Parts: sequence; structure tokens; C-alpha cells
Amino acid sequence: MAKSIDVSDLDIYYGDFLAVEGVTIPIRARSVTAFIGPSGCGKSTFLRSLNRMHEVIPGARVEGKVLIDGQDLYGADIDPVAVRRQIGMVFQRPNPFPTMSIYDNVLAGSKLNSKRMKKADADVIVERSLRASNLWVEVKDRLGKPGSSLSGGQQQRLCIARAVAVEPQVLLMDEPCSALDPISTSAIEDLIHELKEQYTIVIVTHNMQQAARVSEETAFFNLAGVGKPGRLVEVGQTTKIFSNPDEEATEAYIQGRFG
Amino acid sequence: MSQTTSKSERPVVRRGDRIFAGISTGAGILILVILAGVAVFLTIQGIPGIAAAPDEVKSGTSFARFVGPLVFGTLYAALVALIIALPLAIAVALFISHYAPRRVAQVLGYLIDLLAAVPSVVYGLWGREVLAGQLVPAYRWLDENLGFLPFFAGPFSATGRTFFTAGVVLAVMILPIITAITREIFLQTPRLHEEAALALGATRWEMIRMTVLPYARSGIVGGAMLGLGRALGETMAVAMVLSASGVVTFNLISSTNPSTIPANIALQFKESSGLTINALIASGLVLFIITFAVNFAARWVVNRRREFSGAN
Ligand SMILES: Nc1ncnc2c1ncn2[C@@H]1O[C@H](COP(=O)(O)OP(=O)(O)O)[C@@H](O)[C@H]1O
Ligand SMILES: [Mg+2]
Repeated sequence: MAKSIDVSDLDIYYGDFLAVEGVTIPIRARSVTAFIGPSGCGKSTFLRSLNRMHEVIPGARVEGKVLIDGQDLYGADIDPVAVRRQIGMVFQRPNPFPTMSIYDNVLAGSKLNSKRMKKADADVIVERSLRASNLWVEVKDRLGKPGSSLSGGQQQRLCIARAVAVEPQVLLMDEPCSALDPISTSAIEDLIHELKEQYTIVIVTHNMQQAARVSEETAFFNLAGVGKPGRLVEVGQTTKIFSNPDEEATEAYIQGRFG
Repeated sequence: MSQTTSKSERPVVRRGDRIFAGISTGAGILILVILAGVAVFLTIQGIPGIAAAPDEVKSGTSFARFVGPLVFGTLYAALVALIIALPLAIAVALFISHYAPRRVAQVLGYLIDLLAAVPSVVYGLWGREVLAGQLVPAYRWLDENLGFLPFFAGPFSATGRTFFTAGVVLAVMILPIITAITREIFLQTPRLHEEAALALGATRWEMIRMTVLPYARSGIVGGAMLGLGRALGETMAVAMVLSASGVVTFNLISSTNPSTIPANIALQFKESSGLTINALIASGLVLFIITFAVNFAARWVVNRRREFSGAN
């Protein structure tokens, strides 16, 4: 199920604007990889290139190679829609579908795969996914209520449930806790710990403690300079990056001495 | 520590706020007054027409028998127009909002808006002189192949001046308003939710079905109702296209057709006098009430699923 990702020399553009340059990074299966770095250095952009969400923006494109378990993600015969069904994504702001119930939100992805689903099968998927995202107990008595009736933290866990319902191979999370209070944040961090048994997880975070808490590997991104594209400075074991990084810039950023 | 005095303390209100509140309240009241004035006029002038004996009016029947077929024709014409216009309007609006390149979308948007600027007499003329003739082969085909349906029973009109033709003209007339409203609503779908659908592996059409259309639902109903309202009150298209005989029939392709309230008023008003005029005004009152009812129905539909509307 869980797959590894190998990125080599990836350049990412918005039209003519080169946003991220020359990223080469291996991402291990069944582990959590955290992306850290200052705002605007291209973490989200890079993350979105891993499930081909980048190209939904007009003019956006990439150059370079992304291999998922050896298969070229940007190969000519690869359907981006199929890619996104296998690589789930959780966004910075919780975005459950407001026009759907909690129940239907969880099933939204599954329904794309199989139009006709037995009620019993659907119930199983909904319960399993909501349990996996630690939301089941809180919502099991109001599955018919709109997804937007939940609190922010619950909405975000609903979005995680929606993403894991289709049993993706990889789960991408873009600052999933940045709009949440500390309690919801800790609930989601616990959840990430459980999910990594099954999924390859990539998480962008602004919060260094969070990266240290949840990830095995950490990648530090930075801008090459004002007006220059973002790039990967270094990647390694989280413990190493936080205690003894190779690069001066990484150490400066982690210690908060950042200019 | 400041002490609260018991003197009448008014909250601070900015002058701009107060002026704006005054203007908007005034405008709201003005609309109500105008509406009430129209209703009072229609009622006072209409009641004698409703009460008139059959031999006192030109139609030679009671008011109910006079207005009944017209109500039918009015609703039927508006419905036919809506059935033709709504899917087309939604398709065009979706194309503009989600498929066309920006340049094309803009030009198309202007063109559709221009349709709204054409006077209705022009549409009436076009319907009678151009469209009617061109639709005759279609009516022949419908008669021959689908003639067993009451809508398309023969004999078909050789001039093409049929109820269907009138419906098409009405549809073209209400297309701009429905397209404009639905397009705006489609464009307002939050990017956040569209991306959520795409990230789940939805194709563009699936994304539209999962986010854009449900999100726009009340807007679509609203647009449709506005279009319906316009079709209900539209005079020229029907008056010029049809040689209406005031029958009650669902037939869309025959040469004997129902008439509508506004067309009937326009055609009859000049040659009428006395209580006949009152009867015509009373039919206007009926139209007024129908339009009101349609709007209330629309509100109800829109509010029913507010919880899921995305407005919260
Ligand atoms: N939709 C877009 N169109 C054009 N440029 C964009 C778009 N989104 C982001 N960018 C640019 O790409 C760069 C990286 O942004 P982003 O990936 O959002 O950074 P991060 O997530 O690390 O804060 C920034 O310079 C930003 O202005
Ligand atoms: Mg970002």
C-alpha cells in the first residue's frame, strides 16, 4: 500500500515564474517526512507537485522527475486524476464539502471510484475512516448533519477521514494544524502517529516543535535569496536536523536566528 | 474608574451610518408603497370586472371562465420557456465559468448580456417572421414521429406560429438573466472546495457535480424563478407570435393556441370599454398574485436546505 517517492531535480513553475528549483529528495514509505522553512519558499508548491495538484492552476508546470515506487508520476501515459485518487491531500484550511453531510463527506472519494456502493459497504467505510481519524465517537450520532456544523479541529479530522477513506498510498498534508487550537492540534498529531503505520505521510508545518514531534525525516526549504526561487537546503533524520544539521542556514532557522 | 451615569446615554453613531440607514430604509419603504399602490389599484379596478355578469363583458362568460384558460396559457408558456432555457443557461454559464479560456469567456459573457438589451418587440418580430417558418420542418417531423404524444398531435401549424415557437422566443428572452445569475454563482464556488474535490481525484465534470452545482443550487433556483417571472409577464413574444384563440390545450405545434394574460391584455385593451376593461385589470391582478406565489415558492425552495447551502 504505502509507497516511497523519489524526486530528482524538480523545477516548478507558475507560468514563467520559477518558484522552486532543483529539488532532489527521497521520501521513505511508511514514515513521516516534514517540510519546514520560511513562508513563500515553496513548500506548498512542492507538496502539490507530488499529487499533480500543482497543474490545476492555469500556466503551472514542472520539469524533472518524480517517481512513485519507481513509476514516473509525470509520464505521458499517467492520468493526473488517477494519481490524485492514490495520493490523498489535506489542506491548510479545513474544507469539508458544505453541501454534504458528514457521512457523504467521508464517502466523497469512494463514490468517485465506484458509483454504486451497497449501503452496508458504505457504512463500513464511513465507520472505519472516522475511527481512523479519531472522530467516530464525536460524530457517530449526527452523521447526517452538514460537515460545516463541526468545529475547526473536527472539520480537519473529517477531511483526514475523507482522504484516508479511499486508502491512498501517500497522504500529503499542508500545514494541517495551522488553523487549529492546541487541543485539536495534539489530536491530529496523535492521529499522524497512528496513520504512519499504513501510509507514507508528508507534512508541511510552520511549527518546528511539531516537525520534531511527528516526523522521522525533516527537509528544510529556503529561498536562495530575495526574488530567487525556493530550494531544498537539506534533508535528513529529524533528530539530526534538529541537533546537528550540516548547513549553517538550517541551524539558524531552527534556532530562530533567521535573517 | 469611570462610573456609568444613569443619564440617557446614547451609543455613538456616525453620521454616515445614520444617513445610509435612512436612505436604505426609505428605499425599502418606497418599494413597499409602490407595490401596495399597484395591488390596491388592481384590486379596486378589478373587483367590478370579477363581479360583472357574463352579458356585461366582451368575453360573454363569467370571470372565472374568462381568466381560467389565460392562467393556464400563461403558466404553460412560462414553463415551456423555462424548460428550454434553464438547461441551456446552466450549460452556457458553466462553460463561461469553468471551461472556456478567460478571453473567450469574457466575450461570450458580453454577448449573452447583449441579448438582454434587445427590445422584446424585436424578439416578437423575429419569432413571427423568421423562427416560425424555420421550425415548420421540425413540427412536421414531430407530428409524424411523436404524434401519439398529446404535445405533438397533428395537424401541425403550416405557418409555424405555434405555442412552441412562442416558448422558444420566450426562452431566448429569459436566457440572459438566468445565465448571468447562474454564472455569477458558479464563479463564487470557493476555490478551497473545488480543490478538495480535485484532490480526491475528481475529473472536472465530477468536481462541478460535487461542488459547483450543489453550492449554486439556491442561486439556480433563484435565477430560474426570476426567468420564470419574466416569462410570466412577457407580452410581446406571445402576442406577436401566436394567433391565440384562448383554448386550453397542451398541444405545442397546432395552430389553435392558448393565450396568456399579458398578451391578452395587450391585444384587447384598446378595443375594450366599461366593465371589459375592469375584467382585463382583474386578470392583471391574477397575474400579480401568480408572480407573487412563484417568488414565495422560490424563497421556500431556497431556504429549505439552508443548513447545507455553504452559507455557514
Ligand atoms: N497560484 C500561484 N500563482 C503564482 N505564484 C504562486 C502561486 N502560489 C504560490 N506562488 C508563489 O510561489 C512561491 C512559493 O509559494 P508557496 O509554495 O505557497 O510557499 P510556502 O507554502 O512555502 O509558504 C511564492 O513566491 C508564491 O508567491
Ligand atoms: Mg504554504
